[in-house]
Amino acid sequence: MNSTPLRFLTCGSVDDGKSTLIGRLLYDTKQIMQDQLAALECDSRKHGTTGVDIDLALLVDGLETEREQGITIDVAYRSFATPRRAFIVADTPGHEQYTRNMATGASNSDVAVILIDARKGVLTQTRRHSYICTLLGLRNIIVAVNKIDLVGYSGECFHHIVGDYLGFAKALGISSITAIPVSARFGDNVTQPSVNMCWYDGPTLLDHLESLDVHQELDEKPLRFPVQWVNRPSLDFRGFSGTLASGTVKRGDRVVVAASGTSSTVMRIVTADGDLMQARSGDAVTLTLADEIDIARGDVIALSNSRPDVVDQFAAHVLWMTQDEMLPGRSYMMRIGTKYVPARVTALKHKVEVNTLEHIAAETLGLNEIGFCNLSTSVPVALDSYVDNRATGSFILIDRFTNETAGAGMIAFGLRRSTNIHRQSVLVDKLARERMNGHRPAILWFTGLSGSGKSTIASILERDLHARGVHTYMLDGDNVRHGLNRDLGFTDVDRVENIRRVGEVAKLFVDAGMIVLCSFISPFRAERQMVRELVGAEEFVEIFINTPLEECMRRDPKGLYARAKEGKIKVFTGIDSPYEAPERPDIVVDASFGDADAAALRILNSLIERSILG
Amino acid sequence: MSLPLNLKRLEAESIGIIREVTAEFRNPVMLYSIGKDSGVMLHLAMKASYPSKIPFPLLHVDTKWKFDAMIRHRDQIAERYDIKLLVYTNPEGLARGINPIASGSQLHTQVMKTEALKQALDKWGFDAAFGGARRDEEKSRAKERVFSFRSVGHVWDPRNQRPELWQLYNTKITKGETIRVFPLSNWTELDIWRYTRAENIPVVPLYFAAPRPIVKRDGLLIMRDDDRMPLLPGEIEETRMVRFRSLGCYPLSAAIESTAATLDDIIDETTASRTSERSGRLIDSDESASMEKKKREGYF
Repeated sequence: MNSTPLRFLTCGSVDDGKSTLIGRLLYDTKQIMQDQLAALECDSRKHGTTGVDIDLALLVDGLETEREQGITIDVAYRSFATPRRAFIVADTPGHEQYTRNMATGASNSDVAVILIDARKGVLTQTRRHSYICTLLGLRNIIVAVNKIDLVGYSGECFHHIVGDYLGFAKALGISSITAIPVSARFGDNVTQPSVNMCWYDGPTLLDHLESLDVHQELDEKPLRFPVQWVNRPSLDFRGFSGTLASGTVKRGDRVVVAASGTSSTVMRIVTADGDLMQARSGDAVTLTLADEIDIARGDVIALSNSRPDVVDQFAAHVLWMTQDEMLPGRSYMMRIGTKYVPARVTALKHKVEVNTLEHIAAETLGLNEIGFCNLSTSVPVALDSYVDNRATGSFILIDRFTNETAGAGMIAFGLRRSTNIHRQSVLVDKLARERMNGHRPAILWFTGLSGSGKSTIASILERDLHARGVHTYMLDGDNVRHGLNRDLGFTDVDRVENIRRVGEVAKLFVDAGMIVLCSFISPFRAERQMVRELVGAEEFVEIFINTPLEECMRRDPKGLYARAKEGKIKVFTGIDSPYEAPERPDIVVDASFGDADAAALRILNSLIERSILG
Repeated sequence: MSLPLNLKRLEAESIGIIREVTAEFRNPVMLYSIGKDSGVMLHLAMKASYPSKIPFPLLHVDTKWKFDAMIRHRDQIAERYDIKLLVYTNPEGLARGINPIASGSQLHTQVMKTEALKQALDKWGFDAAFGGARRDEEKSRAKERVFSFRSVGHVWDPRNQRPELWQLYNTKITKGETIRVFPLSNWTELDIWRYTRAENIPVVPLYFAAPRPIVKRDGLLIMRDDDRMPLLPGEIEETRMVRFRSLGCYPLSAAIESTAATLDDIIDETTASRTSERSGRLIDSDESASMEKKKREGYF
């Protein structure tokens, strides 16, 4: 058996019998060992749902809790082999909240087996899963109409369900669909042809899986070699280790680093088993080049004559996988290939209603929702569209504070816009202004609850700085909302955009050489971090005005807390909207600082210590 | 002999996973259990790093109850692959005299393996640890990620694992959190043996059948590796032709009767076998969900 295993996933609604089907495949192909069978018989008596028979689902439902609940909550990978082919099957759950796991299984599969309960027909879950499978690029779908025994092995019922399914599948553009009536519990048409369905003359599920051609022609695609690790054992050897995502590479090939466009020639293709003349997709190798050019982890090496797009803006489908909703404007860590790069969703074009494939306008994406978005990265990245290349056309988005994998994306196309806007070079720069001013520019970012004293302290500090001849400007939350941000409200999405705009304006002032005092509640860590990254850590001073909520409510200078408590103001920070306190602020102002004048003085001294002021 | 395509693909996938850790983590370590899977994993680490030396150490958590032949093999292997070997034993467990015979397999495993492993990871401040576990070994392992996230205190929460799409592993962690990495996730027992044969990877001689001193206890064939395991009334030691499919602490690892004396024999025997590889591991059968329980507590 000199071939790679066929990877397939099973999906469907929760009671369609996925685990039983896999259990049946394992059992019939003799993958179940005597001791496992003994454990299974014992488990069946304890948790089983099949009376005196052994419950094959218990073979694959691995985790204790789910065994008790009778549901599968995660992706399980199982191997089995027949004399004709080896298989890796991903068992994925049907519950809506675990759709992310199904996408996980689909991302590494060649084929999907979608189960439909013969008694229930095509359900919402069936549609959702079919859509996710096609979104993730699966071109072969097997529809297993299960529990056919419970509808009296009815051909009419089977054809009716298949007709329903094809109607939906057509809209999705699935190229290859095979429908098979099965009974996972009794084994009909799983590995053995059924004696109960003389009306069906197609293959059994196993026959079909064994004969399916899923050859991906990755070798024929353009070379994409994401550099994983710079391999440098000594001063005389500098190699670039990685796995060919697609294409082939030969000694002497003229190659380029996609992002920088610098080129060189492949000198050696090194492996522990000796040098190769040629490497092909899937090979893990180490390349050395003829010239000393700058290459780091995350770069993509390609052939000079067929390069990937290099853009900092692109459009993609994004599947959201975490409770905290996706907020356009927020900075996430994107992983594409071997590169990590900060990225933002600049526009959520629409959400996809998976049952009807309708496009719906939306401001955010919640858990398990799919949207079509424009994204922008902090530096240009090499990419392909997902249809052309799964490896260079896929990415994940990581929450920058929890490090959770929050979203998964499939690139539709790069946006050329970015390449048409060139930066104007200037003759007077920030450093020149700094010399003239006699102080360094900086953003002093005051964050804290409403009524905490941010603006009061910032005003006093600005007065004192001005008296010392420092060039200052003040950006205040209320004032900005009267002009620049007049169009924004107080939803999470608008709060993120509010801070993003303020950050960009503050950055201009910093570039102009000024100390800009920003006084904003700015409740989310992610956005304060975003502003810090806009200018660089040494030019951003986060000042946390840590006045307890009770004290702010007692002061209530604008009467806002009173109105919020009466329900007259919705989403008020501290009342019904969270405030994420800074984890490592540069300066914390609390009661120990004394009054506002004393606090301003201490901040001023701190600026001298940080050599922002001379 | 060139590798069959399926082994070549598995090899490349594992090399990719190992390089990912080398590139992204500050202080990784490779757990080494001296078994056949560890042997393959170490060999892959050599290939992933070449021509560099393996840039992380090997860690063996020694319960002091391993077969003598395993310890000798371990020391030879570290030398052969030119890798730094760290050996750690739980000092409190040793002082309390915890052992698999008197203390029972559960307590022994908890203290001398699980606790010891956590102590060792903390002692050297490792942020990523490679393990040789395979998804085909056991039910709860079938659900394991390749990059398995552990929160502070090495806690594994099966409900709080990161989705793994494509090969886009999320390697981001904060202080105190760690990742366990399983480069052999998609290998099967047969793959391991076929690769061991193709690559001439040395294995502990206990995997090959030989006449050995055996006691039959609770229906299992236990080898008396030294005189710390007293005979119970009625037990006799006899010489039997046996080998091991899986190696651990000697009083907890049952042998099988076999005449498979070469890698070819082992591959034939494994192909025909109707019992699972871990059936001889006493620590798994304490209770049905016991592997999951041990994993939650920090076991590999």
